[in-house]
Amino acid sequence: MRSTDYLMILIFAAVMLTMPLWGPLIDAGYPDIMQRFAVFGLIAVGFNLLFGLTGYLSFGHAAFLGVGSYTAVWSFKLFTMDVIPAIIASTIMGGVVALILGFVALRRSGIYFSILTLAFAQMMYSLAYSVLTPLTNGETGLQLALDDPRIIDRAMGINPESGLPSTSFLGFGVTSGDNNLLGYWICAVIAILGFYIALRINRSSFGIMLRGIKSNQTRMSYTGLSARPYLITVFVISGMYAGLAGGLLAAVDPLAGAERMYWTASGEIVLMTILGGVGTMFGPILGAGIIKWLEAKLSTFNESVVEHALAFLPDSIEHSISVVVSKFVGEGWHLSLGIIFMLIVIFLPGGVMEGLQRLTRLVGFGKKHSQGDAAVRAPAE
Amino acid sequence: MDAIILQFLNGVDKGAAYALIALGLTLIFGTLGVVNFAHGALFMLGAFCAVTTNTLLTLSQKVKDPSITFFEAYIDQPYLVTWYGDFGQTIINWSVPISLLLAIPVMFLIGTALERGLIRHFYNRPHADQILVTFGLAIVLGEIARTFYGANPLPQPTPEFFRGQVPIGAPFGLDISYPAWRLMYFVVGIAVMFGVFALLQFTRFGMVVRAGMQDRSMVQLLGINIQARFTLIFGLAAAIAGIAGALYTPTLPPNYEMGMEFLVISFVVVVVGGMGSLGGAVLAGFMLGVLEAIVALPAISDIIPGINQVIIYAVAVVVLLTRPRGLMGRKGVMED
Repeated sequence: MRSTDYLMILIFAAVMLTMPLWGPLIDAGYPDIMQRFAVFGLIAVGFNLLFGLTGYLSFGHAAFLGVGSYTAVWSFKLFTMDVIPAIIASTIMGGVVALILGFVALRRSGIYFSILTLAFAQMMYSLAYSVLTPLTNGETGLQLALDDPRIIDRAMGINPESGLPSTSFLGFGVTSGDNNLLGYWICAVIAILGFYIALRINRSSFGIMLRGIKSNQTRMSYTGLSARPYLITVFVISGMYAGLAGGLLAAVDPLAGAERMYWTASGEIVLMTILGGVGTMFGPILGAGIIKWLEAKLSTFNESVVEHALAFLPDSIEHSISVVVSKFVGEGWHLSLGIIFMLIVIFLPGGVMEGLQRLTRLVGFGKKHSQGDAAVRAPAE
Repeated sequence: MDAIILQFLNGVDKGAAYALIALGLTLIFGTLGVVNFAHGALFMLGAFCAVTTNTLLTLSQKVKDPSITFFEAYIDQPYLVTWYGDFGQTIINWSVPISLLLAIPVMFLIGTALERGLIRHFYNRPHADQILVTFGLAIVLGEIARTFYGANPLPQPTPEFFRGQVPIGAPFGLDISYPAWRLMYFVVGIAVMFGVFALLQFTRFGMVVRAGMQDRSMVQLLGINIQARFTLIFGLAAAIAGIAGALYTPTLPPNYEMGMEFLVISFVVVVVGGMGSLGGAVLAGFMLGVLEAIVALPAISDIIPGINQVIIYAVAVVVLLTRPRGLMGRKGVMED
């Protein structure tokens, strides 16, 4: 760990912990979206450990996310509504599934690996809809029910007076009450912890091994090191991040559906990481924030909102522009996302982080800043 | 026994679609060395070419409904019917085969344009970048299709002539009949595959392309513009996907997401068949299609529930673990 690393963690922790203060400035002050920032930031950090360090592009991370969610909801149903056992269980399950998949998929590298992970995630998705229906409740999604056993809760005499129970953290309701930020605090603290662990991994000798795999696997094996144990380890760690994120999603909203495992969900994780800047520490979190923010904002737009925004234009122009613009917002916001993503991959492979770096260099304080940035960007090499 | 044969035929039919998509994928792999995640989207665009043709042919005007005499009632009558009467009706009925006239050139153009405008700039970038940019492209193409055609599946008519069942078992004394259209799809699929093989095997163009697949820089050193040929190959692969998509519409109503479902399986097909091997892609396409259909038989799926969802992936895993290059993969193609 270098001194700049502690600074990075401090900055990240400060940003996460003060989000309820500055969130309203970007119209994101409510718990739901802040939780999304934290949870998807976490999963992107985990994905970045795999892709950023080793260069193995997994298209199946949503499967771990889904498994994590299902595990957490089952923990709520069977044992207790407390989130702690739920997220521990979902982290472990994410790791177990990643171990099984990694054992097979990591025999191949490059595109084969991407295809195998993609195929595996698709298989999990279709299984969740068909054979595993007793476990996943099919298309309806896994939900809490009044007659769930909840063994521990019942043994301790905790029972909701009426209706469905809600998740709790050591007795405090996570989702109860208006503008209850407890759910966000849990997500934020775990995200900070996840960030810290990722940074430690990054700086450890293990992390250097992983970077060795990326830059030249053949040379690594010539020096007598087998890449496989390292790869499986990092794949499992990455899967645990995703499982944990899935558990957190269920903790703040106790239901799980198979659509969380669809390939587009895996793609979204990839998008976040690339958009922010693969291989950097802050990039994936930034990317997750940008995508989740855009999703929340753009997808709620519709034609009338657009027309309202363009009201200052003459009618004839306004109408034609709003017809075009409305294709890119609301339901069609994925179109904007796809275009942004393509532009990033084509022109700015380092993502937003590289863009920021270029910008600072452009503005002029080149020398002074490029050193600071080098520390941030070092993992990309 | 009849059920098995029928399922086998179903599998062959689906396998033909897999094989056609995988053929295009492999062509692009083998020549350009690019992993095209947008190939499923090209299949989907082909399907929407059929939808477009149908829409164009059934452009309608309001005419008075002659069957209702009590009041003024209007029905939509396609211009073609107004102009040509029954013949116009027949044309509309054949909209799916006719759509090939649109699908092939359009898809070829889209393919070459994509290669020239986008893919070309990714030859020297890592495979991960190629996957990412074509993945983004797949999203964009899918969303564009949704913008124009909406999110719902759009059923397309089967031509009257192909609507019946063919007593395919009669020569063998079996009582098996099979939808004529699906049989047609299989026949066209085989024809396209043979066409591609013939093109590569027996023409000068094909010889140059094969040489380019073997050693690209050597061909370039001999003064041949291999790049131009490869652009055409990309167009060809897109056109094949277009044919496969357009003709599949009567079997499966197209929607904007269909591309990705087929893409995932086609990738598995390519991997099982062996990266860069055209024969392998075709063989594996049919093999996996048939396998998927056979295990969906009640006799088997009752014993192991859900096997039909998993079998393709399970086979892929087994093949990759035992024969890492796939069934017919060649040494040195996409080895990393």
